[in-house]
Amino acid sequence: MAQQRFTLIVNGQTHVIDADGQTPLLYILQNDLALRGARFGCGLAQCGSCSVLVDDREVRACITPLAAVAGRAITTLEGVAAWHARRRDLARVPDMHPVQQALLEAEAPQCGYCMNGIVMKSAELLDQNPQPTEEQIRAALAGHLCRCGTYPSILRAVQKAART
Amino acid sequence: MRSPETSSDLLPQAARRDFLRAGGALVVGLSLAACATPEGSGVRSGMRALPLRLREPQSTPPAADRVDSFLVIHEDSTVTLYTGFAELGQGTTTSLLQIAAEELDLGMDQIRAAPLDTHLSPNQGGTYSSASVQRGRPQITAAAAEARRALLALAATRLDADVARLSVARGRVRARKGGRSVSYGELIGGQRFELSITGKAPVKASTEYRLVGQKHKRADLAAKLTGQQVYIQQQRLPGMLHARVIRPRGQAAYGAGARVLRVDDSALASIPGARLLRRNDFLGVVAPLEWDAIRAAQAVIVEWESPPTLPTSAGLHAQMRAATTTDNVVLERGDVRVAADEAAATVVQRGNAPYQAHAPFAPNCALADIQPEGGLVICSSQDVHAARRGIAALVGLPAEKIRVQFGEGAGTYGHSCYDDVAQAAALLSQLAGSPVRVQFMRADEHGWDTYGPPHVGEARLACDANGRLVAYEYHGWQHNWSLVETTSQLAGAAPATEWPPVAVQGVNALVCGGMYSIPSVKLVNHRLPGLQYLRGAWLRSPLDLAFAFVSEQAIDQLAVQLSIDPVEMRRRNVKDERWRGVLDAVAEASQWNAARVPGRLGNERIRRGRGVGLGTHLISHGASVADIEVNLDSGQVRILHLYGALDAGLVVNPLTVEHQIEGQLVQTASRMLLEEVHFDAGRVTSLDWVGYPILRMDACPAVTPVVVQRMNERSTGAGEETMAAAAAAIANAFFDATGRRMEQFPFTPERVLETLKAV
Ligand code: FES
Ligand code: FES
Repeated sequence: MAQQRFTLIVNGQTHVIDADGQTPLLYILQNDLALRGARFGCGLAQCGSCSVLVDDREVRACITPLAAVAGRAITTLEGVAAWHARRRDLARVPDMHPVQQALLEAEAPQCGYCMNGIVMKSAELLDQNPQPTEEQIRAALAGHLCRCGTYPSILRAVQKAART
Repeated sequence: MRSPETSSDLLPQAARRDFLRAGGALVVGLSLAACATPEGSGVRSGMRALPLRLREPQSTPPAADRVDSFLVIHEDSTVTLYTGFAELGQGTTTSLLQIAAEELDLGMDQIRAAPLDTHLSPNQGGTYSSASVQRGRPQITAAAAEARRALLALAATRLDADVARLSVARGRVRARKGGRSVSYGELIGGQRFELSITGKAPVKASTEYRLVGQKHKRADLAAKLTGQQVYIQQQRLPGMLHARVIRPRGQAAYGAGARVLRVDDSALASIPGARLLRRNDFLGVVAPLEWDAIRAAQAVIVEWESPPTLPTSAGLHAQMRAATTTDNVVLERGDVRVAADEAAATVVQRGNAPYQAHAPFAPNCALADIQPEGGLVICSSQDVHAARRGIAALVGLPAEKIRVQFGEGAGTYGHSCYDDVAQAAALLSQLAGSPVRVQFMRADEHGWDTYGPPHVGEARLACDANGRLVAYEYHGWQHNWSLVETTSQLAGAAPATEWPPVAVQGVNALVCGGMYSIPSVKLVNHRLPGLQYLRGAWLRSPLDLAFAFVSEQAIDQLAVQLSIDPVEMRRRNVKDERWRGVLDAVAEASQWNAARVPGRLGNERIRRGRGVGLGTHLISHGASVADIEVNLDSGQVRILHLYGALDAGLVVNPLTVEHQIEGQLVQTASRMLLEEVHFDAGRVTSLDWVGYPILRMDACPAVTPVVVQRMNERSTGAGEETMAAAAAAIANAFFDATGRRMEQFPFTPERVLETLKAV
């Protein structure tokens, strides 16, 4: 195993990590940086549980090697509100990203475990396309599973976030 | 340099072990911050989380007939409620808090729930059958009423006033408006009541309720949206090793377990700190780093014995139908054969249902620290007290030496691998001599689940010329359920045995015609021994989807034969006003039009259909209407809209129950269209979300939940009782669209094309 030194920029902070460069980013985030946004669901890029933004695009941390993202701007759930403020040039960082706020108001989460992926993917979508149609929202989130079946509430919430 | 120590030091809320000796027994204390909703986690709807204040742990659960076991009143008049129920992600905790706050006249911001823990929580019998509120409401109401009576007696003395003249608001007792007052905290804060729950203390009438029966937002959701929530998968123990189990990819027959023929762990030499651990056929690896544990589990080469004894998923139902069975009559009334012979119309409906998986969104995870004199296990078991017994037997310690704490994971919807992984963690901790965290991988969870069991059903129904049911006969074939967790079985601690034949494993008299008044009824169970099949047990509304799929299609067949509208057909037969209530509610919500002509919606090749169904689980009343679309060329079925009406008696929190119905309807759509465990003669082969697809956002129907509130009825289950109805509604909508009856679900394109072609 080749231990190497990597620089990781997460939510605007720089970390120095000594690790095997093949280690998937997810395990670095959750074990070395104690972050709780990205979380294990399948390890196979099938569910969206581990989603983060890398240079503003949604990426599956469970299959992304550390070496591939060193030095790039990584945003996790913990930093998504600040990322949103930066992208929209807001004077103040809100408590939550508008999608988080809308999901909360819609009482969308049940167990809530899938919500990391839902929030990160929706944040990416609204960043790329601030006024998505229902079909575009459904298509964007089709790779993010929710076993509790909260999709109808998620859909309503993302539509609402797009309006605000 | 990275090391596991620095990893856990970086966790701000990492659990801290703290061994202390109390009364000669080893008590393992854990900083419970890691289990709780943290404070100050940003915006909250409804209320701010109160800081947790927990009592001293004890190794036997506090008695369920004592007030102090449930309630602790603090000096500031806030209250901690201890219950024996797990929060499974469905918001039930909020309902339980509403019940206690109501009876005690507290604000919802003055009460919090303690975490579930064998050393803190009363044993209320596990979190099963969506019955937390059903079983918990009477107990918590009685405990709170007893506490309130005692508090008022104390207040009467303190205020020198007649008890009858006292009123309470937000935990403050007053003799009269503007007069002297005293708070709960001043009366008893920090002290014990030392009272039994007599059941005699006066309780509020439902007309006096101000919290119960009202929509109330959950307090835990902000944390769940912002990364503040600590799921069990995110808990850590200091000094722990990461562990993984090693099993064949996919289970064989339950009775066969898995036998190791040969193991080669030489590849572990190149993975730092990785070790293979083994007891009999139970294998696992530990390593300081998580990714190394994952790699290590893959690097060990194991040759497993593979007896090809399974019927295969394709041959399953034929084998079940042909097998020698142990039969018993569940219910017999009148003579169904005689009644059917004299009837105006008689129909037969058959139907098969597959194994379906719990497939929680996050595979189960557990942490354990088992030492020679006692230990701690953190897991997501639906019954921590029962889990403790299983773990104790496995590691050879008395049960009271094991402390089990519940940690919230992803929604499980029945008996997924949570007890299995808890046992694996305990065993691996014992073998490693170190605290461990075991995370199941996706294939472990999908492949070693105790699946929702399969079913073969045959219904024969008859009615008179007015559409009144006169005879109802149902035969159900299903195998026995598995009792022993895989870890115990492979470790040689317990042989594969079956559940005793409890009723829930067989034909459900409530779903199979129980909603109708029918003079002649016969329900027969054809039980198959479970050892030659896959592991099976509770999956949200187990078997009920299958029963309703068969039974309610038969009702619809009769309606079609007699040209009676399907809703009208059911109205003529429902046995009481509560079934009538949900039927009317769903018909109204869906704007059911009795005059519409079946199959005339949609175009030539993409047909639209609408269907209705009734059903439930063990109690409560469910009704559903489905609108679907069938593509005759591709065989694709799309569910457009599902309506679900539920009467669960007094619904404590209609908001969470609406969300429950929404989830039930979406899951039912998933189970009817997509979900099926696949296996060949040797093993299960559907091991991930590709092999076992579930419904996705792009195919999700619109849903309309309807709560039929009954303020004067007792509260009954609300977590799974519209699913059977929705399964039936979908099947009937398929007929409405195509004029053909499906006899097996899920409705895959191949099966649909086969059904459309056959006639
Ligand atoms: S955990 Fe990465 S996509 Fe499922
Ligand atoms: S809320 Fe439980 S998986 Fe989505």
